Amino acid sequence: MSSENNPVLTLVWTFGLMSLFAVGGANAAIPEMYRVAVEVQHWMTDKQFADVFAISQLSPGPNVLIVTLIGYSVAGLGGALAATLAMCVPTAVLAYGVSRLLRRSAGWRWPAIVQAALVPLSIGLMGASGLILALSADRTWVAGLLTAATAALAFATRLNPLWLLLAGAFLGFAGVI
Amino acid sequence: MSPDSPPATIVAPELPTSVPPSLIALFMAFAKMSLAGFGGVLVWARRGIVEQHRWMTAEEFNETFALCHFLPGPNVVNLSVVFGSRFRGVAGGIAAFAGLLGPPIVIVTVLAALYSRFGQIDALRRILAGVSCAAVGLLIAVVFRMMMPLIRDRDFVGLLVMLAVFIAIGLLRLPLPAVLLVAIPLSIAMTFVTRRRVSA
Repeated sequence: MSSENNPVLTLVWTFGLMSLFAVGGANAAIPEMYRVAVEVQHWMTDKQFADVFAISQLSPGPNVLIVTLIGYSVAGLGGALAATLAMCVPTAVLAYGVSRLLRRSAGWRWPAIVQAALVPLSIGLMGASGLILALSADRTWVAGLLTAATAALAFATRLNPLWLLLAGAFLGFAGVI
Repeated sequence: MSPDSPPATIVAPELPTSVPPSLIALFMAFAKMSLAGFGGVLVWARRGIVEQHRWMTAEEFNETFALCHFLPGPNVVNLSVVFGSRFRGVAGGIAAFAGLLGPPIVIVTVLAALYSRFGQIDALRRILAGVSCAAVGLLIAVVFRMMMPLIRDRDFVGLLVMLAVFIAIGLLRLPLPAVLLVAIPLSIAMTFVTRRRVSA
């Protein structure tokens, strides 16, 4: 298969397919990204994956941009662009088609049953993302403590998440982690 | 962050603008929302579309977002296309899509280049290690926030589905497509059966 030797084609194929299964958005697809990028294709180490997640959270824009970073590390600029478009275009076209169909029948909503059935599914997926990322990022008990403290603060307060990320950066720089 | 006000009170005095936004306006509006959105663009998208530009009422926005959320793929990206095309057809969809993704892709690519060049420097490694711990914590907090309604409503079916998916993907590390092909029909069927029993 030609995609074996061409990394850009592998990226397009991988993320194009993944985008159609990304129920619950980009953060819910993180376990699948990890499985492909770290375990199957060996594009990056577990630590690099955690780094890439951190960078994607530090930069503005939608969460899906973690895919841009994975693409870049595989095949540079072309890889970044190919991976991002592969992850975004198929579902964008699908969303366009569905929304046009639905507009003909005005007032159509998702059946409440489908919504009620998909919400817990995407929470489970995001929980798995949290677990996989925590296993990659939290190598020491102090690191685990920082994650737990951030989670508790973000859950209980309405603090701007950027402050918590900066606090993490500061603690990391100070050598606490 | 201001709490969401009840939608009706914001929109009531004025109807959404009758002039549809131009392609450039769509591009610029989505670029702005995107660049403002650290850790998620949705809040800013709502603010920009409903409150600032009044291109949609809060109800229209919620319905459009529900559609985009339950379709696969990045939600806000779907939203940009659906929203843009509603006003200016395919070209509008592309303009909003390009505005949402173009500028942040440039930023993230620059960061990626810096990381591949300087990622081994010790101070940077330590900073990133700290940021990733915090970023994971933020994600976990979102998961717990989303879980609260299920716990409050004693939605045992929902909690069971959630736990099963968590185990299959997080612990057993099964491939996503396989898990979803089983979990989606099963979850819909279980929800259907329990709802009917409740209403009967």
